Parts: sequence; structure tokens; C-alpha cells
Amino acid sequence: MRTLYQFHGGVHPPTNKTQSTRTPIAPAPLPGKLVIPFHQHVGNMARPLVKAGDRVLKGQLIGMPEDGVSSAVHASTSGTISSIGMEVVAHASGLPDLCAILIPDGKEEWVTHTGMDYRAAASADVRLALRLAGVVGLGGAVFPSDQKLRSGKHKIKSLVLNGAECEPYITCDDMLMRERATEIIRGAEIMRFMLDAEEVLIGIEDNKPEAIAAMRQAAAASDDKMEVIVVPTIYPSGGAKQLMRILTGIEVATGVRSTEKGLQCFNVATALGIYRALRFGEPMLSRIVTVTGNVRNAQNFEVLIGTPVNELVALADPLPDTNLYIMGGPMMGVPLPSAQVSVVKATNCIIAASDKLFPPPPPALPCIRCTRCADVCPADLQPQELFWFAQSKNFGKAQEYSLFDCIECGACNYVCPSHIPLVQYYRFAKSEIRALEHEQTAADLARERYEFRQSRIERDKQERAEKLAQKEMAARQPAATPEAAPDNSAQSHIQAAAERAREQAATARPKNIDALTPQQQAEIAEIEARRAKAREMAHPDAGRPKE
Amino acid sequence: MLISTFISKPDTVSAIMLRVLLALLPGIALYVWYYGPAILVSITLASITALATEAAMLRLRNRPLKPFLGDNSALVTAWLLALSIPPLAPWWLVVVGTAFAISVAKHLYGGLGNNPFNPSMIGYAVLIISFPSHMTHWLSPHGLGQTELGFADQLAFIFGGHLPSGIKLDAVTLATPLDTLKTQLQLDRPLKEILGMPIYGALAGKGSEVVALGYILGGVYLLFKRIITWHVPAAFLGTLFVTAGIFHLVDQAHYVAPLFHLTAGAAMLGAFFILTDPISGPTTPMGKLIFAAGAGFLTYVIRVFGGFPDGVAFATLLMNICVPLIDAHTQPPVFGKKDRGAK
Ligand code: SF4
Ligand code: SF4
Repeated sequence: MRTLYQFHGGVHPPTNKTQSTRTPIAPAPLPGKLVIPFHQHVGNMARPLVKAGDRVLKGQLIGMPEDGVSSAVHASTSGTISSIGMEVVAHASGLPDLCAILIPDGKEEWVTHTGMDYRAAASADVRLALRLAGVVGLGGAVFPSDQKLRSGKHKIKSLVLNGAECEPYITCDDMLMRERATEIIRGAEIMRFMLDAEEVLIGIEDNKPEAIAAMRQAAAASDDKMEVIVVPTIYPSGGAKQLMRILTGIEVATGVRSTEKGLQCFNVATALGIYRALRFGEPMLSRIVTVTGNVRNAQNFEVLIGTPVNELVALADPLPDTNLYIMGGPMMGVPLPSAQVSVVKATNCIIAASDKLFPPPPPALPCIRCTRCADVCPADLQPQELFWFAQSKNFGKAQEYSLFDCIECGACNYVCPSHIPLVQYYRFAKSEIRALEHEQTAADLARERYEFRQSRIERDKQERAEKLAQKEMAARQPAATPEAAPDNSAQSHIQAAAERAREQAATARPKNIDALTPQQQAEIAEIEARRAKAREMAHPDAGRPKE
Repeated sequence: MLISTFISKPDTVSAIMLRVLLALLPGIALYVWYYGPAILVSITLASITALATEAAMLRLRNRPLKPFLGDNSALVTAWLLALSIPPLAPWWLVVVGTAFAISVAKHLYGGLGNNPFNPSMIGYAVLIISFPSHMTHWLSPHGLGQTELGFADQLAFIFGGHLPSGIKLDAVTLATPLDTLKTQLQLDRPLKEILGMPIYGALAGKGSEVVALGYILGGVYLLFKRIITWHVPAAFLGTLFVTAGIFHLVDQAHYVAPLFHLTAGAAMLGAFFILTDPISGPTTPMGKLIFAAGAGFLTYVIRVFGGFPDGVAFATLLMNICVPLIDAHTQPPVFGKKDRGAK
């Protein structure tokens, strides 16, 4: 038996998974229209390649990945692009984003596509293929997979495949593993090959016996060293860091890349996406979505990216008192701004919610420092302290107490007897800190400019004074030696000021934020971009010349 | 939208506090058995005063009454204070102590969750400093006094201040075992002889030692229900035991055996109910150990060398002062920043 490790804390919310696993995955029918956002992944938005009126084929590239971290976007079926514009998207911010609206023609006419032999091709080419196929992490993080498949300077010992699926209600990975285990294993073989990992560890929670059996069987047939490891059901065992800890005992600290510790982690559905992209040249056009909660027929569907949520949930027959749709699980999910938004690559689950299913919490009481939150925090934080600092807007302290190590899992929130919306406070504090840092950089620049100007004025004054003195000296003592070099001293004065300003700028920057992984930095950049967009939309005329 | 998670454990502050009250019941039952029902009168008085003061303060502070009056925290303060003062104390003593605890020690510091000091212990400290003479007349345990008061007599004394004709206060009350020990030792009586006095039982005071066992029972329930952790009781009782043990080993003629200290006075009440108050205590496991160990040591020092009959209250308050410091210096390492033996 392999020794498993534990992470600190964790909770056992009711799993509510059986409702949606009674029937196999069903393909969702073609919807009336598809709303395909150009920004479904972490990183830069894809650049639109089509315009209104264009006819597109299924699998046709319609959004080109931009520089750096980015991913491609495709037409999920054949049809006509009716418009390109801002639409409300499935994102916590509730802000609109650039989308293509595609009216299907019902023909499902594919673009020509072929697979590639990943063993024969150069690693960079394989990664480019994945990038152009729009393959991103389907566990919810939607980080472009090509970025994670670079075999860098660190030797990868274990490739961790995440099939834990610890969030209540969600069963898309469970069903996928039951039904398509072999394809997942093929994907894992590709990833293992590209990373040159020694072994593949597949972690699945013990409440999925069928998935475990199917995956074991498929893994046994592989030539690679693969092991399906059954992990205890505890939330959030499916957090990448928590799962890596359980399987290997290694803890990857915030700001450290898992590859530095010889680990890389992918979701099982991503493995399947990688396989299909390389074997058949199929881009990511669909995903499995659990539709559950306040519905009569909870089930998993294979859904085309861009399918409107209301068309999808109609298939599961929502009950009349449904008043909200949640994307994701009840612990980390986000309320959807409307049922008109479309399924994106990050949509693993749609829960129809009602006040009966999720009764609104009683009014929050003050924190009684009972530390139940700290007892369950998988990041070993002191949530009650973070709450205190966030509430009093003492952001420096919040960072000192490792606010940015919080994975927003909601475990603290779940147990708090005072029913304080803790995660909400952390999100607020994090975004405030990012905004402050933004302003800080601007202020640093301004200060640098100001100091430079000050020093120039000073220098001029000094020069004038010195010239005057020299004149006087010259008048009195014609043979004086021009020893002091006024120019030099003024020069070094300016330099000192500039250096001081730079130093200040360096120290004034919040500490915790530099040490983030590229993924987190990309996420932050993305949040900033959304923030900027929101500002722009709030003042649409700002920056536009008056006519 | 102020929702982070859509589900939550059906646990509330009110339920937690209720369990603390429940856990006090075995101790209270034994109290009544040994000392008669007077304690129930003080508990009732304290409860009513606490709720009334809470309501008045919430009004003054413009806070909603319903969630806070129902949180049961004021009752916990009231019960702990009532159990700390002599059951035969005049009614106004209980009222003044409780009202001060709730209004000043709790609400003037910001109400539930914000009080840096344990409110019950503040109430106790105010009473023992302001009305020391009223705080020393403890009822003699069942079967020990020259006479025993019936319930009606007890009520008459609590509310009217007079005893049945012919009975003196000294005939029905005694100093506490801890107090007696201290005064008798000062009179140079040998320890053996002192402990032979009728008020002493097998471990400490007759009666009170059994009540202490009742508190242990409640404490085990709280541990079992995960309302408290082992850290505070273990560190407090352990330190008290070790400190007392060292003195006892060095000079057996003058320092009583450590088990005496564990079962005398408010030691058990302190270990399981007072020092475990989450609001005025530290939050980290290491912090709890330091906090409780400090309180254990101070309790011993105040009991043996100080001027007050018991040390738990002042030890608690002194350690309450240190809580922010203790918390700040005992932050456990976060995920990934420690060696947990995994390699
Ligand atoms: S669980 Fe809630 S009440 Fe308890 S310490 Fe944490 S934040 Fe405070
Ligand atoms: S949300 Fe953050 S603070 Fe709360 S338990 Fe999860 S990691 Fe810890």
C-alpha cells in the first residue's frame, strides 16, 4: 500500500453526487445559437479572426491566441457568425466580454483536421498544436495546457492526474472517468512523455468506485508506470496543491512552481482534451457539464462551448422555484449573472438553486475567535485573523498573515458558526491590494519625476549660487583654483535622488505579490484587464475624442 | 452579493454557547447537592441581569436585539460569574457584578467577539476588590456547619440580609478551603493538622472537590463536542500541578500536595470553562498552551503568595492582557512553508 499524506483541515460537506450519476453522459442537442467568448482561459484574450456574416465550419479557428499565455477559440459547430460584440459571460465579475455569436446550420460540417504523432514531432510543435487547439485546464482553472507541458530545467518525477473531484454536486469528471477511461489514460501517456515524468499518479476520491475501477483497468493496460490511488473523501482534496500533498507528501508553497518540486498536475478531463487534440486534431469544442440541484433530472451532458445556460438546464427540467444558477459547486461556485450566459471551458457544473436548496445564511454575527475556520483551513492559515484585517482594511497585516496563500476554498466559510462570508472578505481584500499596488506603481513614478524635478531646481539654485560665489571670489582673488566641480556634485545629487526613488519604489511594493507563479500573475493581469474594461464601460466617453 | 459558499454547517454561536451551559449542569447539580439551592438563586439572578443589561446595551449601541440576545453568550458570562461568588451573597452583589461584566467588560469593548478580557472574571475582580467582606462567606457544605439553612432562610438572607433569630452567619458559612489553608499556615499550624480539619475531604475541600469533578465531566463533554481543545485544560492543570509539585517536594511541611490545588477553588472551572473562552483567549494551538501554562503558574503564585483567596480570576485577566502578543508570536507556518516530515 502506498502511504498517503494528509493536508491540514478539510471539511465533509454532504456530497450530493448520486443525483447526477444515475444516467450516462448525454450529448446536449445543438442550441439555437452559440455565444462563444474570446476569453475563456487564463492569459491574453484570443484575437478574433472572423466577422459578422462569415460562414464557419465546426472546429474552425475563430480566435487566434495572442502573445504569451493565451489560447485559441473555435467555432463549436458549423454555421454563420451573426455578430461579434460584448455579451455578459459566465464569470464572477458579471461583466460583459467580447463574444462571437454563431447561428448553427445544423450540418455539423467539420473543418479538415488530422492528428499528429506527438512522439515524432518536436516538443515545441506539439505545444503549438495544443495552443491552437485551445486546450486549457478543465478542472476550473482554465490555464493553457501547452504552458504546463514544457519539460523545463527541473526533472519531473510525478505527473499527478486529478480525478478527486471533491466539490459537492459535481460529477463530470466521475462520469468521464467511468465512460472514457482509456482516452484519459492515452492523454496521460502524452503528458508523461512530454514532461518525461517517471510516473503518473491518478488520485480519485473513494466515493467514486466505478470511476476507480474503470481507470484502474485502463491504467493497467498502459505501458507507462501509472497508478490509480484512492484518496479519502475530504474537501478540498481536489485542490491541486492538496492532491499533490496527499499523493506525494510534497507541499508546494505559494510562489513556488510545482515543477521545482518535481511535480505537475492536470485534471483528468484535460488529459482527454489533449489526447483528442493530438490524436485526431480535434480542438476543444465541448466539455462535460453536470446539471444538477433544483432540477428533476440531474445529469451530465456533453455540451458545445457557447451553449446558453438556459437551453442547457432546460434539458434537466428545473423546478419552478429555481431563482439562481450557480456555475461550479456550492463551495467555490459563482452565481451566474443571468441564465443567458453561455457554457465556457471553465463550466464544469451548473447548479439550479432555490432558497429551499440553499437557504440564505442567517445574519452574520461577530467573530467569536472559535478557530473552527483555522482548524479546517487547508492552507494552514488563520482565517479569523485574515477576516479581522480584511474587515478593518488593514491590508498590510492581511498580507503579512499570508492572505495570498488563501485558495478561496470556502472551508472556513462552511464551518463558521457566526456565518461570516469570509471568502467574500478575502476576495475583497485581495482585489483592493491589487488595486493599491497599481496605484502605488503610478505614485512611485510620479514621485520619481517630482524628486527629479526638485533636484534639478536645487541644482540650478546651487549652480547659480556657486557661480555668484565664484564671481565674488574671482573679484577678490583672481588666482583661485576651480577645484570644486559643481557640475559633478549636481550630477551625483540627481543620481542619488533617482536611486532613492527607485529603492522606495522597490520597498513600497506589497511583499506577497511578487512571489506568485506565472499562472497567478496571469490571473492577476486578467483581473486588472477586466477592471480596466469595467472602468471603461462605466465611463464610455472617457478617452474618446469629443465629436 | 454577500455569498461565498452556498452551503454551511448548521452550527451557530447560540448552539455552541448552549452546549457550554449544558456542560455546566453536572457541576451545578453537585453544587446544589452539597450546598443547597442557593446557587440556583444566584444563577437565576445573574441570568436575568445579564439579559436585561445585554438588551439595554444593545439598544444604546443601536444593535439588533434578536440575534444577539439569542446567542446565549450573556448567559454563559452570568453562570460563570454566579458560580465564582459565594451562593449566599446578597442579591445586589450578583446584580452589580453581572451588570458590570456585561456592560463594561463586554459592550464597552465592542460587544460579542470584541472583549479582550473574560467578562465573568472582570465581574469577579470588581466584586472582590470592592466588596471583599461579602465575598468570603461561603456556605458550609452539607453536614459540616453547626446548623443548616432551609431554602426559605437562604432566600431571606439573599434578599433581606437577615438570618433566622439565634443563628449567626459564622454558624452557616466558612472560609474556603484555600483561604483556610492560607490563614492557618500563617498561624504556623502544621500542614497535617490543618488538612485534618473537617472542611477538608479526600483531595481538597469537602464538597467542593466533588463539584470540581462535575466540572471535569462537563469539560470532557466540551472536548468531545469539539467546543474546546485539550490545549488549555492540559497546559493549565499540568502547570498548576508541576508548580505545586515542585514546592511540595521542596518543603512538604508548608506546601500542600499538587492534587489539592487541582481540585480546590476554581481550578477545574477555570481549566474547562473560563480559560477556554475563545473570545478573550489566544487562537493558535501553541498560543493556547502558553496562555494556559502562564495562567496555571500565576494561579499558584497568587494562591500561595498573594492576598486573594483564589488565583484563577486574576491569572486569567493577567494572561488575557498577553493574548495579542502570544497570538502574534505563535502563528503556525502556512502550507508549504514547513517541514512536516514528508521530505
Ligand atoms: S469560524 Fe467564524 S467565528 Fe470562528 S474564529 Fe473563524 S471566523 Fe471567527
Ligand atoms: S478560503 Fe482561504 S482561508 Fe478559508 S479555508 Fe480556504 S484557504 Fe483557508
